[in-house]
Amino acid sequence: MSVATQTLANRWSGLRAWLARAWQPFRPVPLLGWLAAILIAVIIERAVGTPVARALGMSKVPALFGFIIMLKNPGLVFSALLYVLLIYLLPIALVTRLSVRAANQIAGKLIGYSVTLSSLAHLSVLYAALFLWSGESDYRQLVAKLAMIAIITTLSLNVVNGYMGEFSCSHPGFMALGAYGASVLTVTLFVDDNLLGQALLPPALGPFMFPITLIIGGAVAAVGALVVAIPSFRTRGDYLAIISLAFMFIVKSLFENLEVFGGPRGLANQPNYASLTTIFLWTIACIWVINNFVRSTMGKALNAVRDGEMAADAMTVNTRRTKMTAFLFAAFWAGVAGGLLAHVIRYINPDTFGIRKLAEVLAMVYLGGLNAVAGSIVGAVGFVVMSEALRPLEILKWIMIPVLLILLMIFRPTGLIAFKEFEPEKFLRPKVESNDQASSPPKTAGDRQQG
Amino acid sequence: MHFFFQQLANALQLGSFYALIALGYSLVYGVLMLFNFAHGDIFMVGAFIGFFVATAILALGIFEIFVLPTWLMLALVLLLTIVIAMILNAFVGMTVERIGYRPLRQAPRASAAITGLMIGIILETGNLWLLGAERLSFPELIQTSTITIGGVNLTNKKIFIVLLSIALMLALHLFIRRSKWGRAMRAMAYDFVVVPLMGVSINRIALLTFALGSALAAVAGIFFGIAYPVLDPYMGIRLGWKAFVAAILGGRGSILGAALAGFLLGFIEIFTAAIFPSTMRDLIAFGIILIILTFRPHGFFGEPYSAQLRL
Repeated sequence: MSVATQTLANRWSGLRAWLARAWQPFRPVPLLGWLAAILIAVIIERAVGTPVARALGMSKVPALFGFIIMLKNPGLVFSALLYVLLIYLLPIALVTRLSVRAANQIAGKLIGYSVTLSSLAHLSVLYAALFLWSGESDYRQLVAKLAMIAIITTLSLNVVNGYMGEFSCSHPGFMALGAYGASVLTVTLFVDDNLLGQALLPPALGPFMFPITLIIGGAVAAVGALVVAIPSFRTRGDYLAIISLAFMFIVKSLFENLEVFGGPRGLANQPNYASLTTIFLWTIACIWVINNFVRSTMGKALNAVRDGEMAADAMTVNTRRTKMTAFLFAAFWAGVAGGLLAHVIRYINPDTFGIRKLAEVLAMVYLGGLNAVAGSIVGAVGFVVMSEALRPLEILKWIMIPVLLILLMIFRPTGLIAFKEFEPEKFLRPKVESNDQASSPPKTAGDRQQG
Repeated sequence: MHFFFQQLANALQLGSFYALIALGYSLVYGVLMLFNFAHGDIFMVGAFIGFFVATAILALGIFEIFVLPTWLMLALVLLLTIVIAMILNAFVGMTVERIGYRPLRQAPRASAAITGLMIGIILETGNLWLLGAERLSFPELIQTSTITIGGVNLTNKKIFIVLLSIALMLALHLFIRRSKWGRAMRAMAYDFVVVPLMGVSINRIALLTFALGSALAAVAGIFFGIAYPVLDPYMGIRLGWKAFVAAILGGRGSILGAALAGFLLGFIEIFTAAIFPSTMRDLIAFGIILIILTFRPHGFFGEPYSAQLRL
């Protein structure tokens, strides 16, 4: 750790103490309370957002918490801040504080019935808040969709880069395979297209068949992943990174040469099947499946392969099967994310899945932190919101984002949340006021500090 | 046969760009065990520095006070451009090291790779922002003349580029093998835990490594400007990533390996473009690299992978 970091840490300790004091009253608020408060804030925004925004001198409701308005028109900084304070922060603070007892009781009852019921209740509140928030404008809806797709991509890359400890650069390739696989199917089957011909099936069937096409797209990506998985038996680390990089270039070049699928001009006309609900369900499914996967015996085997392949082998871990499973599994989810992305943007070309995409995906994983499901979620959402919020800077956006990421890497080289196990039960549990949650929770067996 | 030798000449020229860039990757990778993902863009910056230096020298007319034939004057301008651009780009490389990599010396390697990627994006975008999107054309510093040997057309540019590239690679090889600094670099590549204890400063060696690599990248940039006189901010990504693959293909830290792999990549690309449709170039080139790495995973001259991963 350099000297600069130390002095900065000292300077910030005062601020930290102040923040901790301000946080004190919100300690006993359970997750349910937060979600309910957010839902209420969003309802308030839908009800009185526009008049409040007008009264504060803005033409319409700020799309992304006022960031865009602040950057576009610095004169409106105060009204944007005031808006965020009035519509989001104050209601959330009030509701959480007032509903502490009720929220704790309800959360306790829910978790008393079953964890599944409790998670479903939390998710439905979250979904309601997200649905109402993104109902305000198409732009918000797009940001929400992109953020959720980014979560799937980041989680699947974290399986390989974090849990298995490789530096895989092939993810844009897997996404491309999934995107093309799913779009070719939907466009051939349900859309009249110049390139791929008349619709073969009635379009009304489309939305029901969409999950199947996504799964087929994921399977195509998984088959492609064999190209990277098989060399991984013999080599690791840097050379595997190059193999995966070569794979990415090969996939991109392959689609540039496949004139059947539009070649370099790309493939358009994807039907509008990827609604907010569909993507939300897929994202939840992905988080659930990947979280269970990494906490299973197979997930522990991944960590064992990362920390010492020979030792793992000696301890009866089948390293080949482990590596193969991890690559195919990650590629499947990357393919699903690619398929969803194709149906959100409704146009893909080989350039979509190039070096820039790779830089984005890697940045999201390392921003969030390796070996942590929660980290990936935070990293993906944080990166997407940041890159949308900085959009008014136009070209300077791509200077600001890298600078921010470099600073983050210098001051927090492992990312925001790294090497933490994600246990939904812990979040769903009610928090009692007497129970002090400030001390860090006991480390589970899977937690591993990087060394 | 004609066709073969004609393409061979083209392949040698393209290969020398790849080899010069690959050397920069290979040096950093060999000494610091680090992917310098920003190197492709350092090459791009080098080309632009070369462009500005050459234009400035021509505009100032430094050599016009002497009465010289045009070709000699242009040759002097070219030499001066190369020297100045090498020095300036070495400073660019050292700045990148100081800002992006030194603070992360103790961090996981992947974090440093991310900083490298981000610095690359900053360099590209910064260039786009400062100079706009229009392409610049490099001043003509060698007047083209064609020599025909046995029916094969060679331009003097090609001969100059290939010969000077090989000379620079040899110079680098000698520097690494014979000089004191080169010995320090090799020692660092061997073990960067113990060697700093012997009084070799890792920071100085890192700066030197980046300076050498960036200087070579500047030469590659100027040569690229001479051969294909159009510069744009994304040339670094187009060539750099391929050169990166070539560097690793050569084997960890192997100068000879990186140079050979660079030339090999040039050959594969030129000959696939000559035989198949040119859009298939990347597909076939990377396909061949994938096959080579599958059967020889540690590259041409690298030792089998044994080091403990520091991820």
